[in-house]
Amino acid sequence: MTVPRLRIEKRLRQRRWLMVGVPLGSLVVAHIAIAILLAATGHPPLTTFRRLFDAAYLADGALASTLIAATPLAFTGLAAAVAFRMRLFNIGAEGQLYFGAIGAAGVALLLAGRSTPVIIVAMVAAGAALGAAWGAIPGLLRAFLRTNEIITSLMLNYVAALVLNYLIFDSLSYWRDTSATGQVFPQGKMLPDAASWPVSTIGSVAVPFGFPLAIAAAVVIWVLYARTRFGFEAQVIGDSPRAARYAGMRTRRKIVAIMCLSGGIAGIGGASQMGDFRHLLDARGLQQANYGYTGIVVAALARYNPFAVVLVAFLLGGLQNAGFTLQSAEFPSGLVGVMQGMILFAMLGGELLVHYRISVARGGRRGQPAAEVAG
Amino acid sequence: MNNSIVVVVLASAVAYGTPLLYAALGELLAERSGVLNLGVEGMMLVGAVMGFLAVQRVGGPAGLVLPVAIGVAALAGAAAALILAFLVITLRANQIVSGLALTIFAGAAGLSSYIGNDFNLADNPARYSFGPVNLFGLQDLPVLGPVVFGQSWLVYASWLCVVAVGFYLARTRPGLNVRAVGESPAAADAMGIAVTKYRYLHTLAGGAFAGVGGACFSLALTPQWVDGLTAGAGWIAIALVIFAFWRADLCLVGAYVFGAFSALPFTLQARGVTITPQLFQALPYVMTIVVLVLVSSGIGKRRLGAPGSLGIPYVREER
Repeated sequence: MTVPRLRIEKRLRQRRWLMVGVPLGSLVVAHIAIAILLAATGHPPLTTFRRLFDAAYLADGALASTLIAATPLAFTGLAAAVAFRMRLFNIGAEGQLYFGAIGAAGVALLLAGRSTPVIIVAMVAAGAALGAAWGAIPGLLRAFLRTNEIITSLMLNYVAALVLNYLIFDSLSYWRDTSATGQVFPQGKMLPDAASWPVSTIGSVAVPFGFPLAIAAAVVIWVLYARTRFGFEAQVIGDSPRAARYAGMRTRRKIVAIMCLSGGIAGIGGASQMGDFRHLLDARGLQQANYGYTGIVVAALARYNPFAVVLVAFLLGGLQNAGFTLQSAEFPSGLVGVMQGMILFAMLGGELLVHYRISVARGGRRGQPAAEVAG
Repeated sequence: MNNSIVVVVLASAVAYGTPLLYAALGELLAERSGVLNLGVEGMMLVGAVMGFLAVQRVGGPAGLVLPVAIGVAALAGAAAALILAFLVITLRANQIVSGLALTIFAGAAGLSSYIGNDFNLADNPARYSFGPVNLFGLQDLPVLGPVVFGQSWLVYASWLCVVAVGFYLARTRPGLNVRAVGESPAAADAMGIAVTKYRYLHTLAGGAFAGVGGACFSLALTPQWVDGLTAGAGWIAIALVIFAFWRADLCLVGAYVFGAFSALPFTLQARGVTITPQLFQALPYVMTIVVLVLVSSGIGKRRLGAPGSLGIPYVREER
């Protein structure tokens, strides 16, 4: 019995055009799948796409809202990228961002009355420090006890969320609004006006201060991995721990350092949430946004390249902003998540085509290794 | 006596632990075959919404509709798992990113919300739900009555599932094969075990269990539909599998311990005792980290049974 069989074999050389063609093809496939879903549930696909695109980039003020949505995703995406490059699967950006927000809001309240530049520097520093500290826990456990960082960083997200809830809902903490209304409707204390980060206008688009800060972080990460010995060694450790050990590289301290860096970047994302956008420790809003998990998606779509992370964050930020703007009875809720998921599925699946060649081998007998028949 | 606080907490620990138990049993099967599926939360939500949809739209008496709804929930969970299985087994994609993608795709802001919204499920309570069943008429026994004999059919069925999964993994030929696939796929392949088939089947079974776990929420615990109904239970289930050292019987113990922690603050509050709920809610996560540290330290590793090739794709040509 002859059965046509798919053969998958590794490409010896990576084709350049595939690096661009496959992601584009994946995007097309994902959109076709989404269109089918929309049509099947009685929503006209093209109109829906056009409304999304309009609300994300073209409408009045759309770009400014998209940048606000994109900034936290850029930070958490960079946090994931910097760790994943070293095959450290830090999925704790969510919790590290919460702690960054706690730290930044804390110093902003503490330094009320100081000048804006002082407060901004302190907020970024505190956000980075607390995020890094929270990221250091799975880093230290991984480095010294060989504990899998995937699950520990994931669990710590929930612990961080509970800390956030405790500070705002179940205690009279420094962060909580303890005035009469705050007692009835628990919420964070308003940060001083001087803690609002400046907004620059380019053309007619308002750019939050956090966005250029994220671009600066991307440059730092690029320099780190492309131009420094530290980054090179981190990558070797990720690719082949054994080779790194034989070469005498200090594995443990690099694991801790990269986890701290990753957590610190996510923490600055939390600081930017406080300074650019929320201006109070918004426990519920931060948790509903899921920035940390979406950041991993951003990093994966960008193939862990820091500049691509910023670009993808901008695109997905547009999608999120549009979904939020259009939210109404007749617009399908949940569409944003479905679209993000499908785009990611298509990209992940398409990745195979970049690294492998697929051909149909005819005449291979079932159960017999087809590779030997074809030589 | 059956109204004493201990009994109430124990009974609600069993009720709240049941969705965790189903999802953890499913994740256990997938992980034993070497697939780390981080999409549990998404699969649970899809199961919850589809089970709820079935209860609202399928005509017939409760005794027929409810089992059908559970079947629908299981199928929906398995269908969601199929996406992940295809990506990570056939296309060799990164398991972590794929699992997160599945949760984003199916989760609280994704497909489950889309379905719930498109069919207007949020407006009405469930037409039928799983209520307490007085098993063998023993519900009035002191202590044991409410805890063991006053639960819903979903709880009783979960005990059968624990026995079945435990027996399957420990005592049957296919169960042995699964463990071989999870431990060392290359060796299993050399023995003639179909690695791909085993991984697919167990990932799908895992999705079906997760779907039923989600339906425990929408058809028993809180018989209604709201976005994100499971509220993170899927992530606790992933923790639970580790906490239970990848064993079905310990999944049962762990599920009730974790269920008690999530139920305790509410039960105590209803009795006028105010405590910090976050302290209890954080315990499952902290305990899981502690267990994981034990597992990964030298002593624990051999004895506690983490599958050797968990999370690693298997490619015959590259072994």
